[in-house]
Amino acid sequence: MADHQGTWWIWKVFWILLIITAVEVVLGIIKPEFMLTQALGTSILNYTFIILTLVKAAYIVQIFMHVKYEKKAMRYALYLPSLILIPYLTFILLTEGSYLFS
Amino acid sequence: MASTAEMTQEENHWGGGSRPLGARYGKLMMWFFLLSDALTFSGFLTAYGLMRFKYESTWPIAENVFTHFPGLEGDQPLLYVALMTFILIMSSVTMVLAVNAGEKMNRKAVTNWMLLTIIGGFIFVGSQAWEWYHFISGDTGAVETDRQEILHIYNSEGERLSFSQVIHGMENGHASNHGEEFTKGEVLAALKSNKEFYLQEPGKAGKAFTHGESVAMLEAGDVVQGANMIRNEYGRKQFANFFFFITGFHGFHVFSGVVINFVIFYNILLGTYEKRGHYRMVEKVGLYWHFVDLVWVFVFTFFYLV
Repeated sequence: MADHQGTWWIWKVFWILLIITAVEVVLGIIKPEFMLTQALGTSILNYTFIILTLVKAAYIVQIFMHVKYEKKAMRYALYLPSLILIPYLTFILLTEGSYLFS
Repeated sequence: MASTAEMTQEENHWGGGSRPLGARYGKLMMWFFLLSDALTFSGFLTAYGLMRFKYESTWPIAENVFTHFPGLEGDQPLLYVALMTFILIMSSVTMVLAVNAGEKMNRKAVTNWMLLTIIGGFIFVGSQAWEWYHFISGDTGAVETDRQEILHIYNSEGERLSFSQVIHGMENGHASNHGEEFTKGEVLAALKSNKEFYLQEPGKAGKAFTHGESVAMLEAGDVVQGANMIRNEYGRKQFANFFFFITGFHGFHVFSGVVINFVIFYNILLGTYEKRGHYRMVEKVGLYWHFVDLVWVFVFTFFYLV
């Protein structure tokens, strides 16, 4: 990447990933009382975990895998199938799962 | 004039040479493979979610299952898996540094960063083997009813007991069985003689049974220690099956990643890419390696955290 001087941008992402993971682990161990409130099927704590995970995933894909710097056509070719199919599959299976036991 | 211009442009497209995605063949193919692999992994993880939603109330909680850390006694939830995550993120960072050095044609730096990436991969696979070993050999032991349901032994203070504690008493027993095998007869005798012991289902909303019911259930059932594909002491059979399958499939990806990285590393040593004039192969295996890290981020969340 021509616009990248040195390696500081790699280490920046490293620290972001490390801090997010540390926050997740600390939350997972102490499980703060106020985050255990149920909302839309699961606890706020679980939503926090999922959002933090998506942030981590975005950094890995965008920076480490260089997708941010690819051509627009390439970005769409990679993002559209995954961002449509994966949430779709997740939605279908989790909805079905909660009916299976009854 | 416009039509002529369009025509020449079209001819150029059919003649090849234009690169609408701006990526070379090898990299594009790597990306298509990764996309399909991402869908495979999301299939596994959502299937796990399906089973978990089905058995919501009695599904084992990962923190009660993966509690060991090498050299530390007692319950250490999440610590070990956090260390594994750190190792994989670190080796992803050394991989970006290798790719970065490759773009600058810095052979010495590529060699060093690739070597560190391979070492990181090895440590991760080793850690996973350690975790599998502990999962398979078991922790507290459990009772399996004649309807194949898993129940754990508790005392009146609500503490979960291991077979070792049930049989040798709280002072002499260990919180983990440490590989000691117990028979159904031994556990049943100890359960009968201690009125304060009772059985309870695993999970967030597991049902507790009275002492009388517990004795009757063990008489009709059996004891389980450790885990395999057919039965496991942690809870639902599917829990162990998904653990073996998802972490196993991911571990296999890491293992193949290490092998591929090694092949590339060997070629760097031979000077293959120096002769070729570019280090694009390092970039391609780099994509694969980051993908393995990416999948682990999701496995970590959905298997261990949520």
